[in-house]
Amino acid sequence: MGTKRKTTGDIIFTICNYLILTVCCLLVIFPIYYMFIISISEGYAVLRGEVKWFPVGFDLSAYKAVLASPDIPKAYANTIIYTVIGTFINVLMTALCAYPLSRKKFYGRNVFSFMIIFTMFFDAGMIANFMVVSSLHLYNTIWAIVLPGAINAWYMVIMRTFFQQLPEELYESAYLDGAGDFIVFTRIALPLSVPTIMTMVLFYAVGHWNSWFNALIYLDDKVKYPVQLIMRNIVLSGETAAISGAASVAGDVGIIATNIKYAVVFVTMLPILMVYPFIQKYFVKGILVGALKG
Amino acid sequence: METKYKTAAYGAPLQYRKEKRLQSMRRKIKQSGQLYAIFFLPLVYFLVFRYGAMGWLLLAFKDFDPIKGLMGSDWVGLSHFVEFFSMPDFWKLLRNTLLISIYSILFSFPVPIILALLVNEVGSRRFKKVVQSITYLPHFFSVVIVCGMIVDFLTADGLINRVIVFFGGQPISFLTDPKWFRTIYVVSGIWQGAGWGSIMYLAALNGVDPQLYESAVIDGASKIQQIGHISLPAIMPIISVQLLMNIGSLLSVGYEKIILLYNGATYETADVISTYVYRRGLQGADYGYGTAVNLFQSVISLLLVIIANKAANRLSDGEGGLW
Repeated sequence: MGTKRKTTGDIIFTICNYLILTVCCLLVIFPIYYMFIISISEGYAVLRGEVKWFPVGFDLSAYKAVLASPDIPKAYANTIIYTVIGTFINVLMTALCAYPLSRKKFYGRNVFSFMIIFTMFFDAGMIANFMVVSSLHLYNTIWAIVLPGAINAWYMVIMRTFFQQLPEELYESAYLDGAGDFIVFTRIALPLSVPTIMTMVLFYAVGHWNSWFNALIYLDDKVKYPVQLIMRNIVLSGETAAISGAASVAGDVGIIATNIKYAVVFVTMLPILMVYPFIQKYFVKGILVGALKG
Repeated sequence: METKYKTAAYGAPLQYRKEKRLQSMRRKIKQSGQLYAIFFLPLVYFLVFRYGAMGWLLLAFKDFDPIKGLMGSDWVGLSHFVEFFSMPDFWKLLRNTLLISIYSILFSFPVPIILALLVNEVGSRRFKKVVQSITYLPHFFSVVIVCGMIVDFLTADGLINRVIVFFGGQPISFLTDPKWFRTIYVVSGIWQGAGWGSIMYLAALNGVDPQLYESAVIDGASKIQQIGHISLPAIMPIISVQLLMNIGSLLSVGYEKIILLYNGATYETADVISTYVYRRGLQGADYGYGTAVNLFQSVISLLLVIIANKAANRLSDGEGGLW
């Protein structure tokens, strides 16, 4: 762009722009940074409000206490199970749904498409969904967590758009060679859509990882709770006693509730923070495919 | 498929055409046989979980008795609806729901647009990338984490109040003062969603022909003028679709966040239709009544989407709508 003739106004604009964006970034980062430094600071320093910009002392006992508590490792394992099984079902079902709807020759395609799109705009609501789950005897089982949201209509549209965008000649030549749709789907459409499938995996997996409300209404046994629900009890209802109790038995005194809360938050966030830098671009790609008009 | 009933004189050709159509239908179904097999499980899913749930909406007109089941329970007509509409809290719930949505549209909706316009003006690729990575991040945090942060930062001796006291102010009881609830809801929503919301606008801005900006510079247009005359019009169609989606969901506010954040002290401003359904319908096991309220909410939402879509199509000659 014409960088040679910059007016004073434009220079001021550019400076302000950089300033505003830097402040925005700091506003996003600071709360996260602050929780982190609290979680590794010494408990008494946190209590006295001495932790401001940098950690005071270095103390991982809050993390040790969290990992030694009875609930959290179990809940963490539950979350991993729900995420893996749930995501597998999601992606499989979404692909199975999207492929036929992407084929022009699929008789009844418009009716089925309408039927699915309609569910995006008309939700039967919390109670009716709950009744379906309980009438199928899924209440308090893993299936209540992984089945009701098996296909996200929006992601299905993304996938369908992708299948439609594959060159038609690919399909045609396969059909001419006598391949049926099973073969075309598994040997041509799926292998070519690995990047899109990866994006789906990520979208769905993050959804499962972060979900807590379905567990709240569909699960009864505490041993089945995912980590987000346990975290809600700890962080929002302040049920830190069990953890600090376990810790003081182990000889760690001086851990306070705030440390524990933030340590739990970080333990839960960790997987997302770790993979985020590598997967961010896939998310962005995925959301952009979906932006096309269905 | 339109079937026209003609007089007997046309009987024979009609019969013929019917048969022809049946034949071609059979052929088409046969051709897509394997596609039906692939589609089978998803179809079952939608029928059982989504349309099955719509079947349970009948509960709205019934006095549900778990022993008698959905079909066996007694009909009560519209009495659940009458009870809901005549309840003194009805207007409070409707007001709270609408106000939270409207404030979100007024304040949260423009932020991603402004952010995208600003990021688009950044010359340095690296800085752009850093800003994007950082602002997208909160989108991936669970609502539990975000609410945990809010509660912890806003308590009586939390971070925010310590800052206020440091500058000589009086501590504010954010979490128990109903006045503050909507602000907290909207601001935290911006914190979490603004970056992610800017993605689509940024992508559209990337697609703008750079020559447009170059010739604008030659004509002496300032940066601000370029934004107003080139960038903003380029993302206008997306803005209208997004606004439309927001209007369609006026009645379905993010209840998960509210359930995590509200308490008895803040019901006055925080209790919305969905949270009320959760408390009374699900926790209180008043299923018929809860379903009635859900049905009311879903029907109004559907109408709103249809109206908003019509309006967007009319405004932009069929370009701006969802369908």
